[in-house]
Amino acid sequence: MSRATLLVLADGRFPAGGHAHSGGAEAAVAAGRIKDAADLAEFCRGRLHTSGLVAAALAAAAALGVDPLLLDEAADARTPSAALRTAARKLGRQMMRAARATWPSAELDALAAVRPKGAHQPVVLGLAARSAGLGPEDAAYVAAYEAVSGPASAVVRLLSLDPFDATGVLARLAPELDRVAADAGAAARRVPDEGVDALPASSAPLLDIGAEAHAAWAVRLFAS
Amino acid sequence: MTVGGALAGGGLRAAARIRAEADARGISRLPVLDGEGPLAVRRIRSAGPEARVALVGAMSAPLGGDRLTVAAEAGPGARLDVTSTAATIALPGQTKEPAHYDVRLSVEEDAELRWLPEQLISAHGSALQVTTRAEVAPGARLLLREEQVLGRTGEPPGNLTSRLTVRCAGRLLLDQELACGPAAPSGWDGPAALAGHRALGQLVVVRPELAEAPARPQLLGELAALTPLAGPGLLVTAVAPDALRLRRALDEAVRVVG
Repeated sequence: MSRATLLVLADGRFPAGGHAHSGGAEAAVAAGRIKDAADLAEFCRGRLHTSGLVAAALAAAAALGVDPLLLDEAADARTPSAALRTAARKLGRQMMRAARATWPSAELDALAAVRPKGAHQPVVLGLAARSAGLGPEDAAYVAAYEAVSGPASAVVRLLSLDPFDATGVLARLAPELDRVAADAGAAARRVPDEGVDALPASSAPLLDIGAEAHAAWAVRLFAS
Repeated sequence: MTVGGALAGGGLRAAARIRAEADARGISRLPVLDGEGPLAVRRIRSAGPEARVALVGAMSAPLGGDRLTVAAEAGPGARLDVTSTAATIALPGQTKEPAHYDVRLSVEEDAELRWLPEQLISAHGSALQVTTRAEVAPGARLLLREEQVLGRTGEPPGNLTSRLTVRCAGRLLLDQELACGPAAPSGWDGPAALAGHRALGQLVVVRPELAEAPARPQLLGELAALTPLAGPGLLVTAVAPDALRLRRALDEAVRVVG
């Protein structure tokens, strides 16, 4: 793998639309569940080990070459919130545009053709990593990191949290990010033998409930 | 009644099996109604065409190391309601091994299964892995409620993992996993997941008409939401400070979904 290519894909400035989403942080701030950096850290931890792990495993499996349509169906079943499915497909569509422009491949074209409204973002992310010559663990790292970097930067804006504190939260999560990326990669490698049921399905109840509440708001800063 | 068997690790193995079949007049009968050890099953009088069964906790279970399996099937066109007479309490056993509780539900063509057991309570020091798998055939209907209560009153919870999988016409409709307790990955009780709430529950509804006309997303109070699944089903997810308020929220959800 090329470490520089990984940096390009993982860069927050990669034009895939992620900055418009708070990963559930906006709803959690409004409900009073995130009030400071310590709450943010716990929120990120919870998200990392649930939807972050699922996203990382889906991305790793796509990077490994597992049929993206099977993974898209697995992602639907693991995303019970309709609001989060909509957000994931919107982000997938934006990721697809950016990826096809950056690392064109026949596999990306094929998925874009059958999922014109967007496949789930982690699946597209994994396929983008594959097109860029990256491996499953690389894709898992990007997905896992996005699961926490999105809420961290959103909370800086939502609570006027000190950006140094938010970055400190992410830095202290590094060992757990390593573990989640490794677990996600290991799960993805079981898929060729055991099918997509080998992928984790971890969920966080308040992320799902909060996403539906957030989607019903008339005015919001972030799309999800 | 005999217990299925003691396991080397100190737990026990027990199974219960329920099968409903519709007779020529459309009345559901129970050709299979077997339980053993801690899993007793009782037929309940039914005023309608459906067969009704209650799971009765006949001894303390699951304890660490136990392996319990409940299989409930509604044959073609049959209607089966399953409840339980009391909450199930996961307790520590003589072994450090977790207990396993597997539930296999099968709803065959044009059948209807209502699976509405009482709460599962994860007592301090216990370890339990619950797996619930439902297979729903084309045209069949399922109403499934799961409630988890983390700890008896005032005590910290044990370790509880729960995976719920629903397949409809062979296609995966829902796959959801929860891990709570001191051995769960950190953050399980934080602002993304439970935020200190000690009761959580799911209500799954599968109905063929939901494929054409999906349910509308809806908030049911601040701590429960109804959402359409990507297929002929819907899910209500709820958290609550305690079992009573959780049941109120899910009862309200049952009224809303009709």
